[in-house]
Order: sequence, then C-alpha cells, then structure tokens
Amino acid sequence: MDMYERKIGDVILALDNISLSFGALKVLDDISFDVRQGEIRSIIGPNGAGKSSMLNVINGFYHPQQGSITFRGEKRKEMDVHKAAASGIARTFQNIALFKGMSTLDNIMTGRNLKMKCNIFQQAWYWGKAQKEEIEHRQKVEEIIDFLEIQNIRKTPVGRLPYGFQKRVELGRALAAEPEILLLDEPMAGMNVEEKEDMSRFILDINDEFGTTIILIEHDMGVVMDLSDRVVVLDYGRQLADGSPDEVRSNQTVIDAYLGVSH
Amino acid sequence: MSDKTLNTFPRLLASHAKLLPDHVAMREKELGIWQSWTWSQAAKEVQALAGGLAALGLKRGEKLAIIGDNRPRLYWGMTAAQTLGAIPVPLYQDSIADEMAYILDNADVKIALVEDQEQVDKLLEIRDRCPQIEHIIFDDPRGLRHYDQPFLHNFEDIQHQGQEFNQQNVDYLNKETRQSDGDEISIILYTSGTTGNPKGVVLTNDNVIITARNGIIREGLTAYEEVLAYLPMAWVGDNLFSYAQSLVVGFCVSCPESASTVTTDLREIGPTYYFAPPRVYENILTQVMIRMEDAGKIKRSMFHYFMEHARKTGVKILNGDKVSAKDSLIYKLGGFLVYGPLKDALGLGRIKLAYTAGEAIGPEIFEFYRSLGINIKQLYGQTECMVFLCVQPDGEVFADTVGTPAIDVEIKIDDNGEILYRSPGVFHSYYKNPEATASTKTPDGWVLTGDAGFFDEHNGHLKIIDRAKDVGKLNDGTMFAPKYIENKLKFFSFIKEAVLFGNERDHSCAFINIDLEAVGNWAERRNLAYSGYIDLAGQDEVYTLIKECVEKVNKDLSQDGRLGGSQMHRFLILHKELDADDGELTRTRKVRRNFVEERYQDLIHALYSDMNECHVKTQVVFEDGHTGILEADVKISDAEHFSVDHLTAVSEV
Repeated sequence: MDMYERKIGDVILALDNISLSFGALKVLDDISFDVRQGEIRSIIGPNGAGKSSMLNVINGFYHPQQGSITFRGEKRKEMDVHKAAASGIARTFQNIALFKGMSTLDNIMTGRNLKMKCNIFQQAWYWGKAQKEEIEHRQKVEEIIDFLEIQNIRKTPVGRLPYGFQKRVELGRALAAEPEILLLDEPMAGMNVEEKEDMSRFILDINDEFGTTIILIEHDMGVVMDLSDRVVVLDYGRQLADGSPDEVRSNQTVIDAYLGVSH
Repeated sequence: MSDKTLNTFPRLLASHAKLLPDHVAMREKELGIWQSWTWSQAAKEVQALAGGLAALGLKRGEKLAIIGDNRPRLYWGMTAAQTLGAIPVPLYQDSIADEMAYILDNADVKIALVEDQEQVDKLLEIRDRCPQIEHIIFDDPRGLRHYDQPFLHNFEDIQHQGQEFNQQNVDYLNKETRQSDGDEISIILYTSGTTGNPKGVVLTNDNVIITARNGIIREGLTAYEEVLAYLPMAWVGDNLFSYAQSLVVGFCVSCPESASTVTTDLREIGPTYYFAPPRVYENILTQVMIRMEDAGKIKRSMFHYFMEHARKTGVKILNGDKVSAKDSLIYKLGGFLVYGPLKDALGLGRIKLAYTAGEAIGPEIFEFYRSLGINIKQLYGQTECMVFLCVQPDGEVFADTVGTPAIDVEIKIDDNGEILYRSPGVFHSYYKNPEATASTKTPDGWVLTGDAGFFDEHNGHLKIIDRAKDVGKLNDGTMFAPKYIENKLKFFSFIKEAVLFGNERDHSCAFINIDLEAVGNWAERRNLAYSGYIDLAGQDEVYTLIKECVEKVNKDLSQDGRLGGSQMHRFLILHKELDADDGELTRTRKVRRNFVEERYQDLIHALYSDMNECHVKTQVVFEDGHTGILEADVKISDAEHFSVDHLTAVSEV
C-alpha cells in the first residue's frame, strides 16, 4: 500500500489520573493518556497489566475511584455500558461473545439495535415505518458483510463457523453500531499468520474507510507496531510509557519489563 | 436469431436492445440482492463505456485487458472494446503478477479494465515491465481512495466521460460498429499451455459467433435459458457459454456474489444450461455422499433405496428407453421424495443441458447425475476452435466417449493416431507466433489437436486416449498412455491427482495426491488423528488405502491387452498438493508433466530404486507470493500387479 497522509484530529477521549481498585487490589494506578480522532491507539502490556480493565473503564463497565474521563470535550459523569454504546463506543471481546445459534446476518443485525427507533409492537406488526426501517438496517448490515467479505457465511449459524470467522462476525457486529470509537480486545488472539494479516487489513480499512478511531489491545508486537499510531504501555496497573511505536520500542523501562527484569 | 448480418457482438447487442429491450440480460448479486439489467440497459452501459474508452484513446485493433471475477461490468468491457473495433484480452484473475506481465506485454495491451484493488496492485507492481499500458480502469473502488496515480480511473468516471464523448461525437460509435465485420479479430484468449509460455489464440467474429450459433442450434437453446457465469473469464468455455452464446440468442447470465458463494447462488438462480469441469461434479457428489452418511437413518435408507432404483432405471428414462410401468412409478415417487429435493438443493433442479469437458469424468459420477434425470453430456473441444468439436447427441451418452462431430466440424485421425479437425471455429493464428501457428495449422486448414484418439466402431463416437506427445513406450515396447491410467486412478474419490512415469523405463510408477476432504473424512471415521495434508499423506493406513486403489487399477489394466503391460509397480503419496502457484499445474488445473518430472527428480529416482523412503525439500509459493521451504520424508510403497493373460499375481512383494 502506498503511504498517504492520514487525517488525525484533535483529542476525542482523554483519560486523566485513572485509578481503579477492587478491594485491596489496585488494577489501574494513576493512568493518563489521550486518544485523538481517527488514530489507531494501542494498549500493550503483559498478562494482568490492566489492559482489559482499561477498556472496561472506557466503555463504562468499570467505574474508576479516581480520575476523570473526557469524551468529546465533555467530562463524563455517571456512565454505564448502555450510555457508552449510545454515545458511539463499540467493542469486541477477548473471548468471543456472539449468539452461537443465530446466523451471521442476525448477529450483526443485533449491533443495529440501538439505532432502531420503532418499538416492539411496531416491529411485530412489521408494516410501514417498521418495515422501511428494517430494510435500511439490513442495507447497512449487508454493506458490512460485503466489507468484511463474509457473504458466504451470511446465513450460517455462528456456532458452526471457524474461530477466525467468528472474530470477523464479532467485528462486524461492533461496526454495525457505526461507532466513533471502536475498542478491540485482542482481535487476533489464537489466529494463524494468514488470519492475522486479514484482520490487520480490516482494521486498517475500517480506520481508513470510515474514519473510525480504534483502541486496540494486542499481544502480537509485530502487529501492534505496524498498525498503531501511538502506544501506551501498562504493567501491573502502572503506566510505563506512552508514545509512537519507535519511542516505545526503544524505551528502556519497556524493554526491561518485556525482557523480564525483576521489579 | 440466425440473421447472418448479425456478425459482430455490438450488432447482436443492438439487435437485442431493439427486439428484446425488457428481457433480462444480466444479473449480479450485490449486497445480498440480485440486481438485473435488461438488454436495453446493458446496451446503454456498453455505449457509455465504449465512449469512455474512445475518450481514453482506444482505437481499432488495440487491446483492452480484462482481469477479474465474473462481473457484468467486465463483460460489458468486452463488448465496449469490440464496439470500437478494439480487441478484448481476458486474463486469469488468480495469475500472479509475473504471469500477467508476460501476457500484457505479449498482447500489447493499452488499457486494462480490472475488478478491484488486488488486481490494481498487481498491475502497479509490474508496470515498469509493461510500459505500453496507458490506463487502468477499476470496477470496485474499495481501498483505492488514496491511490493518486493519474492513469488510474474509476469505472463510473469513465462512463461519465463516455456519455459526454458520445454527446459530442454523435455518430462515432455507430460509425465504428458499421466498419467492423465478421472476419475481423474478435478476441484473443491465452491458453495456459502445459509447456512453455502461454499462447494467444486469435479468434475472429465469425469463429466465435458461427460456432456459438451452431451449438445453440444443435442443442435447441433459447433466449429463456439461465446461466451462472462462475468460471474464469479468460477461459474459452466461459467466453462461449456466458458471453458469446448469451449475445447470440439473448439469454440471461448471472454473476455470483463472490467466488465463495457460488453454491448458494447456483441454488438461487437454478440454471437451465450449465457447464462444469469434472472436478466440480466430483466435489458435489463427494459432499452429497458425506452429508448423507451423517443424515438420520430413515433419510439415509430412503436415499439409498431410491438411488439404487435410479441407477437401474434413471439413465434409461433419460435416454427415452422403455421401462416397466412399475419402475416408472417408483422413479416418479423417488423424484418426489429424493431426486427432486436433492437436485433442488444442488441448484440443478431446472437443468435442461449440462456439459462437462476438459478431463475424463468417472463413469460412476457421470451415471449418478444422469440417473437423477440431469442431462449431463460430454463435450470435446479446444480454445483453437472456440470449444465445439464433438458433442454427445441426446440419447447417445456414454461415459467413455466424447460424442459425434459438432455442426460443420470435420474430424480425421492421422496415421499416428492424432486427431485433426476443420471447422468454422478454426482460429486465425497464434498472436505474434507464426511458427506455432504453422506447426498447428496445415496449409489446407486442418488443425492438429495434439490429442490421440479413435472413433468407436460400434457407435461412431470419438474416444480420446491421451495427449499424443505423452503417449510413449515402455522399454519392452508396451504402449504407455499415462493419462488413461491417471484418469482411472482419479476416479477413486480418495485420489485427487496422479502423475504416471514410465516412458522409456522398464515399468511404470505413480505420484499420488490424496483428496484431503475425502481421505480426511475417511480418517475421521476411523479416529485417525492428523494435522493437515502433509501429515495425513504420510500415514501408513492411508498408504494401505491408496495401495488398494492402485492395485484395482492394475487389475483393470491387466484385462486390457494393449495397456496391460503398463501396470504400476510402485507408487508414493506426494507430501504436498500439486499447485498452480508452484507451476506444477496450469491455471486450468492440468498437470505440467515435464515440470513435475524435473522438480521431483529425487523422488522419481527413489521410485525406480529399492528405497522405501526419500527425504525431500521443496520450495513452495504462498498465495501472497512469498516463498517457503517444505521438508518431508516421503514413503514409497510397492503395488501388486497382475499377469496380463491370466489373473494371477506375479508381484515380487
């Protein structure tokens, strides 16, 4: 692919001095970083570093005891998962969380749920407005199916699909919400090289085609360094470094942590 | 529609747009919904594109390359080029960049019309080797937004420019269409060739259109046929069935959503006219059998009962022979309970005519489809004559012949057993290759097929033995026809590919590729664990399985006087599947014998020694063009062979 100038905008999400504990266990300790509009931002760190907790804080599932989150210039107050989703944050999970008995199409359709305006009675009647709305949503879902090249599994129950495809369907469902920020929790875990290449391609394409800001957790360092604009490094809840892939790569503290120097 | 003045494709298109304006010409599944274009809409699309190509400077006699999956816009690209008197050159879309560079350069391609980013990237990679390419037009803009090369154009932009061009130059397209004639070059199709570089087969409008029309007349096809265009556009068969014949008689062609959805699309479209190479029919049958084994007991016994009945009576009924009232009644019941639903599930429920060609088809496979009432027939032909040489007439269909000569085709067999023909489809020349043309076409218009064959004395049908140059002799003088034996091996569902050696040797030996799906399923049922092809191929149980197949073929051969001496003495199962990306197969999946022989010298040496195992290192090319090394210990097995006169084993094992 040719290099081109990417449009990276202002800060869309700022996390300041976030601390999160469960009882005596400090999971996140005074973490601060920001995310700019349109960038691919990665969070890396060894197991138990607090990466998934960080995502859970961002999408409102965990409530930090300290610190503030500013999303689109507004300081976030009470937050829950539903509100986060409605405000334009969608995510995928480390362990696939799809409806196994439902088809690919229906799974992705559930991602449109928040966009549906008709109530359950109108939908049951399926006439006029409800029908029109359904067709519009189906159109959007079909565009995603086309984008992710999963036409051949449109009607296959998700439980019967191989792992790599399930991951893709999950990504599709997150995309169906047309999110402003997409949180990806280890999208390439357990994949072979070819599947990883495909997934990387999709992540870049999503970022490029839809301008979606992406926050990525990933263990494969090669992938992280290739895809990311900026990387934040966590270790045991502490923030070790923050910067461009090159800066992070040459940071002595990071090297020590990754090479296993005793703490 | 046998008007002789309709001797070019633009004229045919214009005639349909006038006479069948609202008849659907083309369909494509887009975002899950079938979109269709009528003949009058198709004509408008073609005109806009032709104008755009003219605006880009494409002139009479210049070449337009077409690269991609079967897409309406790419088919329109062919007619648009022909409207200007330019020549379309379709290329295999899965070719790697290097292979494309040769053809693009050899054909002097000026503009390339491609499907998507994948193809654009390939062309950009080889651009400095094909400097004569002035413009690239792409159909699907996805991923191409940041490509700012001035010579890259979006299909829709070109059509807009074309509409403007057509407004400013009102009579330009008509004038160009009027200038074209039947003897003008219509298309260049590159044959993948089992040896050397691909050759560009130059075909005139008359070659293509007369042959296509003769095929339609012989089979009684109409404008109401349905065809699914799913085979590579660069292949002569697709050009005939999905392009030429559609334009000649006006039937509708549907393009699948993607290569991976063909089975679903087939079911939705339900074609009436269908072509598939034997391996497609084989795959479908294998899948049916695997799924039936997993079905419930009642369904399974019903399936087996009625299939047994179909085997006895179905073919007779299809051939129009008399069967007893009881048999006919049971067959009708079977049609309702089994055959109908099965054909429907396969998308073959409406088939009037299905062809198979390219390779020999296994008799069981052939009979399976015919017994279901699917009129599948064999066809023999080549690119050099626009496909049709021989076709099986209705009611005279046999598994081991390719039928009688098609309309206007003369066939003769020369003293060496090689098949020669003369027909209206005989190609103009090989592009820029007069030597090859001269060695293939005799001065009085006969074309050498390179195939060895003979006419069956009983029914007058042509039988093909092998490629003439591949027919050799063992050291003891026995005739050695490798393909004949390879086909016998490949009729076993466990064997996907086989390569035989024996010319100028004491006896014959074989390389085998197992069929991963069939053998994998077989292994699973026996609780044999395996991690992939290479692991499965090396297992002793699999060797025993394949040995049985080889020995059955040997036994079969021992009863065939002429070929009895070429029974296989030893064989091995190759550690990798033969692959076109590695150059071992052509793009149409034919084995490149010499290449394989050279590449696996060590293995062949081991076959003809008394070694039981051989260590090999093989370089392989992955889909993205990267290379890697594959290492394996390949086992070699002996096979029992039989005396030709009386069936007693004479093996040394």
